[in-house]
Amino acid sequence: MTRTQFTSRLALSALTLAALSGAAVAADAPVIGLITKTDTNPFFVKMKEGAQAAATAKGAKLLSAAGKADGDNAGQVTAIENMIAGGAKTIMITPNDSKAIVPAIKKAQAQGVMFIALDSPTDPMEATDALFATNNYTAGELIGKYAKAAMAGKPAKIATLDLFPGHPVGAQRHNGFMSGFGLKASDAKSNELSKSAEIVCMADSFGDQAKGQTAMENCLQKNPDINLVYTINEPAAAGAYQALKAAGKEKGVVIVSVDGGCAGIKNVKAGVIAATSQQYPLKMASMGVEAGVEYAKGGKKAKGYTDTGVTLITDKPMAGVDSKDTKVGTDLCWGNK
Amino acid sequence: MSTKTSKLPPISTLGPLIALVLAVIFFATQSDRFLSVQNFSLILQQVMVVGTIAIGQTLIILTAGIDLSCGMVMALGGIVMTKLAVGSGMNAYLAIACGLLACMAFGLVNGLLVTRIKLPPFIVTLGTMNIAFAITQLYSGAQTITDLPPAMTFFGNTVAFGSAAFNYGTVFMIVLYAVMWWGLRDTQPGRHVYAVGNNPEATRLTGIATDRVLLGVYVLAGAFYGLAALLSVARTGVGDPNAGQTENLDAITAVVLGGTSLFGGRGIILGSLLGAVIVGVFRNGLTLMGVSSVYQVLITGVLVILAVTTDQLSRKGAR
Amino acid sequence: MSSHTLVMEARGLVKRYGQVTALDGADFELRAGEILAVIGDNGAGKSSLIKALSGATIPDEGEIKLDGKVIRFKSPADARREGIETVYQDLAVAPAMSISENLFLGREIIKSGFIAKLLRIIDKKQMLEQSVARMNDLKVGIRSMTQAVETLSGGQRQCVAVSRAAAFAQHVVILDEPTAALGVKEGNMVLELIRRVRDKGLPVILISHNMPHVFEIADRIHIARLGKRACIVNPKTISMSETVAVMTGAKRADELRAECLA
Repeated sequence: MTRTQFTSRLALSALTLAALSGAAVAADAPVIGLITKTDTNPFFVKMKEGAQAAATAKGAKLLSAAGKADGDNAGQVTAIENMIAGGAKTIMITPNDSKAIVPAIKKAQAQGVMFIALDSPTDPMEATDALFATNNYTAGELIGKYAKAAMAGKPAKIATLDLFPGHPVGAQRHNGFMSGFGLKASDAKSNELSKSAEIVCMADSFGDQAKGQTAMENCLQKNPDINLVYTINEPAAAGAYQALKAAGKEKGVVIVSVDGGCAGIKNVKAGVIAATSQQYPLKMASMGVEAGVEYAKGGKKAKGYTDTGVTLITDKPMAGVDSKDTKVGTDLCWGNK
Repeated sequence: MSTKTSKLPPISTLGPLIALVLAVIFFATQSDRFLSVQNFSLILQQVMVVGTIAIGQTLIILTAGIDLSCGMVMALGGIVMTKLAVGSGMNAYLAIACGLLACMAFGLVNGLLVTRIKLPPFIVTLGTMNIAFAITQLYSGAQTITDLPPAMTFFGNTVAFGSAAFNYGTVFMIVLYAVMWWGLRDTQPGRHVYAVGNNPEATRLTGIATDRVLLGVYVLAGAFYGLAALLSVARTGVGDPNAGQTENLDAITAVVLGGTSLFGGRGIILGSLLGAVIVGVFRNGLTLMGVSSVYQVLITGVLVILAVTTDQLSRKGAR
Repeated sequence: MSSHTLVMEARGLVKRYGQVTALDGADFELRAGEILAVIGDNGAGKSSLIKALSGATIPDEGEIKLDGKVIRFKSPADARREGIETVYQDLAVAPAMSISENLFLGREIIKSGFIAKLLRIIDKKQMLEQSVARMNDLKVGIRSMTQAVETLSGGQRQCVAVSRAAAFAQHVVILDEPTAALGVKEGNMVLELIRRVRDKGLPVILISHNMPHVFEIADRIHIARLGKRACIVNPKTISMSETVAVMTGAKRADELRAECLA
């Protein structure tokens, strides 16, 4: 493909995005903002698409922005200021730093802006008017319970492919998994990864497929008898599978994961991932847009924590653990089907 | 009669070599699963992508330049070749060639901006890094591309050698290093790369087409990023738009650790392979020890400072 | 004594840089087998003159002849092709590379054979042998051709640069301040080398501020002043103080005794 073709694709995509965001809206349409952590993680890409679709359906105008990278707080603060200037009365945010973003939120709330946290809470949780999130700890517990049942009493040699040290989502999913499996672990408030004797290897995958593969290879080198792998998300799981396959071990090892993206569900169907906890970023986003429209129309603010739900998706159900199959998973998945 | 200035590698590469040997000894005492042919073949496999990117980066740093876009350009190449093969049904080899060309095109842009507009390489590649990243995200729709044709995963396959499995990609990377080592040492264009980096004004005055050498270096580096893309795709089995983000700095780290001077004109390319292996050894060794990855980052930082300091001090000694 | 064949001559060279006229109708002549020193105060136009002769700048007016043939240089490469080699003040060497590599920088010897020519494989053995031969020929006392240039003293580096020019020049060698920043011993070493270059039959144009060195080594001295040539003097008959006087304008060329001119 030549660079000219690239440029025209780039231009086309830019135009399409512009068209989407500038879709026919009434002059006094409610303005709602969405600030995600980054705009490269497919999770947030889909969240944005869901918000846009809901906004278009409800005749609202969506402003969107994101931090430059995971952890970029300053970028999100700037985005809040820009959106208020742009007339947003409701802002949905997935905070990069749950504590540091609070002052900016309070300042905006004093100007009458309603804040809804999506996917992860601020610290304190009450700093935003409402929270539409999934419980990452519960997501971990589900796959932990599943794994326990799937191991059927065999002694487990567990590898955990985590995110990176200190990240709340990484800790919640990891500790939730351990708790669901029956191992002693910290509760949902902790940012530390708990350890146990059954976990023979803990490695950081950064949620990335290639790094997940390297982490799994090194774990296998450390302990070739690993028979259960917890992964922070589905790209890491795909990397773990590559490593296991190269070592000829893919049939005897159970891989569990979290996310529920369409690519991940495909991997569950293909037998790469045994079970995954599916979360619903599109639902979070559309619920947030609805709340924003309601606030703009009637002044009624959304309140409190609403769990947008998590479902265990697997084609190999275990007794005593509620789950749905990949057909349901595919219908509900986020991403390109 | 040889024209090498010394029988040993320069101190700037000797230092990291010693560090590597010490690290290997240390890790061997910490875990009995470290010291094996199979584990070393694993480490080589894990560094083959960064190692190949580092070949291109070494060429550029030898000319006293730097390329911050290397990882992003590699990712672009990977997406181009996989999307064309899987999405548009193009012949796999043709798709691979297109991926290579896309990377070389970026190299050409970098080179032209540096030689014609005379912009500093740091600034140029800072810009092209972002452009390459954006194009990759847009073109791929932020989705990974799976179900690749076998030609693309070829380099991920292994051949057994006794108890160890050697990856075709690793062998390929080593061959590339050998070829470039010879080329930089024994061919006229290779020696001119060193001359341009060591004293660009001098090379211009002696009649060497400095701009052409630089342009050639940037385009050739692009080709290596494209080859790295193929290795990355083969290793992971997917086209990943988020690939290459840490490889950007990792490649520069490998070159610096290997003793190539950021001021240009000094360094041997095998040093970059050494640099890449050092990082891989630490990552592997620390995981085997159960130590957090944060320490790997800390140690890498310390090693970089040591490597650059050794280079500076050794040059002061030579006057 | 010498046959007075003119290897190089120039008439009426003019070069303007915006409002500044660097060369204002300057003349020049270089005889076969001589060392001609070009001296002048700052702004006298000597560097512009040298740049015109070495192809680094193109004069606005005037004519340059090499061996009687009119030549028009468009770049230093043109001058080099015509056999004029210039050693610049910063020496133009790559310090990290060996002496042998620096001698052949840009003109490396390629091995014979189709593959070798295609890949441009360097014949290092040949280059080393020739380096040794040339340096011995010029009696430069550096032992190893494989050591890096940066390990040499300032004087030795200058010798390498001068030897390179002498090795490849066919008609003229131009040296720009060759003994600047050198101590007494090193400076003399370079002067000795310059004499040997002349003795091999190559005329040398030497730009220098160092009067003692100029008087020691030059056969004739070209005094540049105000963008023109004031006169050419004979160092054997004129005194240093008189030369400086003409250079600074304290004395005019026509005030000199006849035997001072050359």
